[in-house]
Amino acid sequence: MALIEAHHLSKVFGSSPKRALTLIKAGMSKDELLARTKSVLALYDVSISVERGETFVIMGLSGSGKSTLVRHLNRLIDPTEGEIAIDGIDVLGLSIRELERFRRQKMAMVFQRFGLLPHRTVIDNVSYGLEIGGVSRTERRERAALWVATVGLAGYEDRYPSELSGGMQQRVGLARALCADREILLMDEAFSALDPLIRSQMQDELMELQGRLRKTIIFITHDLDEALRLGDRIAILKDGRLSQVGTPADILLNPADAYVRAFVKDVNRARVLTVDAVMKPPPLRLTDETLEQALVAMQRRGAEIGYVVNDRGYHGVVTRDAVNAAIASHAAPSVEAIAVDAPSIDAGASIAEALPATLSSEFPVAVIGADGGLAGVISADRVGQILTLPEEKEAAE
Amino acid sequence: MFPDIGTPIADAVNRFVDWLVVEHGAFFESIANAILVVLVAIEQALRHAPPLLILAAVGLIAFAASRSVLLSLVMVALAWLIGGLGLWEQAMQTVALLVVAVGLSILLGIPIGVLIARSAIARALITPVLDLMQTIPSFVYLIPAAMLFGLGKVPAILATVIYATPPLVRLTDLGIREVDREVIEASRAFGAARWQMLTGVQIPLALPSIMQGINQTTMMALAMVVIASMIGARGVGETVLIGLQRNDPGLGLVGGLAIVILAVIFDRVSQAFGRRLQTHRSARS
Repeated sequence: MALIEAHHLSKVFGSSPKRALTLIKAGMSKDELLARTKSVLALYDVSISVERGETFVIMGLSGSGKSTLVRHLNRLIDPTEGEIAIDGIDVLGLSIRELERFRRQKMAMVFQRFGLLPHRTVIDNVSYGLEIGGVSRTERRERAALWVATVGLAGYEDRYPSELSGGMQQRVGLARALCADREILLMDEAFSALDPLIRSQMQDELMELQGRLRKTIIFITHDLDEALRLGDRIAILKDGRLSQVGTPADILLNPADAYVRAFVKDVNRARVLTVDAVMKPPPLRLTDETLEQALVAMQRRGAEIGYVVNDRGYHGVVTRDAVNAAIASHAAPSVEAIAVDAPSIDAGASIAEALPATLSSEFPVAVIGADGGLAGVISADRVGQILTLPEEKEAAE
Repeated sequence: MFPDIGTPIADAVNRFVDWLVVEHGAFFESIANAILVVLVAIEQALRHAPPLLILAAVGLIAFAASRSVLLSLVMVALAWLIGGLGLWEQAMQTVALLVVAVGLSILLGIPIGVLIARSAIARALITPVLDLMQTIPSFVYLIPAAMLFGLGKVPAILATVIYATPPLVRLTDLGIREVDREVIEASRAFGAARWQMLTGVQIPLALPSIMQGINQTTMMALAMVVIASMIGARGVGETVLIGLQRNDPGLGLVGGLAIVILAVIFDRVSQAFGRRLQTHRSARS
């Protein structure tokens, strides 16, 4: 079971939410419900499950229900219907006291407008989570000082939030969440109020921290670029319903519906997608075969080239002509000896980085995995296919 | 043409007050005595302290609240003027009465304000009572108060508390409800219990508003001193009353001036303190 399991969550804001939900189930639309009963449907039948250590992005425009959804996870909002289990705990079954204890153990949160305590200094804000948890003053100041330094605010410990810029205030917000030392980090539009430059800087720092800390992060945003950049997986919400959940590549390459398609239309795919998300398996992998065996394999598969791999990893390519020539001349003992160096690309590179190599090469370019081995290949055709927008593809079909 | 509902109401209230006096007189007397002990102690201390000491205290408190030398000196000068008006003793009596009345108002007003900020039911029940406390003429409750507590200082204090507490309740309520929603959410999200949130977030952030409530309460308590003197409280209010009774407008004016000076001192000092509290408490600057 995943760390966070939320199933069939529905939320109606209004005077009689249960009744409103029956109307929705009977087929009434969100707008009609609002007009008839003055109730707002915020979420309908949303299910997500998030693995430990995952960065899970919930994306949607304003009013899509994303902030409501994240507030269900720590029960700042109670659902009208549905189940939530976190680390095996039935969150909806907790009493008020149990819920307070649960929040203290499991969750920290970062807010769009920071939510700092204006009457407390930076260090007292950062240590707030520990204070709530009953940690002694000396210990919590010590631990908070480390986090203040980690987010780059050393020297500002005794300043008040009103004396800091927006970016610095959100660093305090982030430090407060991390200092609380909870497993799950809820980030509600955490970087949306910041300038673009500060924002991407904060994204970098978050990714760098996450690489070390391996928290489970639920990140809310209305910005697709941010979602694609940070998310291991992305859930797209529209009008309180889930449109699609998938990896960034899934979302970009196989949008589930017209809404997601429209959303991803303007994304610069060449920059966002990495080679490993779109590469194909190598047509022919050659290791310690003799020249004759290699030739047979090439003929059988109809492959003009083979990719040569030895114990040290990817070695190079051989063409069928070169193998034929080598057999005829008895010039070389193995495929390894006649393999030629050909361009290759790292699996983590973006399509944009891979583009020059694929265009200049006569055959698909080898993709090198993190271990140095051959992970796959990518051709100019494949790149062209990926960069074509989904609706253009449809029009062409 | 009209049904007679006045007589039964009056009769019922009279029977109720009589019953209270007869059956629970001792209880009310013990409350009265407790208040009286505190009041007399403060009054004695203020009246027997050398005026120079009091003037120094005024200066120090003003400076502690405002961090302004000029304001502190002006406050001391104003207090010195009261002595010049020949009303030093009376002013000390009035200050003692104010301290006790405002103290009781704070003890009652802040918890009630917190209560109505957190519970819609409590607000629905208590708000009309607050309206009533502020609008009903004070003589209406002075009569039963005098019957229960006897003439003198205690009913004067109670009348003052009834009249002066509502603004503190309202401003405490307002201050707590106006605390930034996201700050409250943050506190909840980190697992704060209700008490931790109240003492660590809501009350500290509502403090400027609460201070303003205390300021209002003090001003309204001062406005009651003349009425309080009618049921036997001593002090500058009595001076005004004597001026009235003896047809001596000069004496009335002198008493009135002393009241105004006291009001200015309390107002400026508490306002300055409230402003200083505000520095880091507004959500964003």
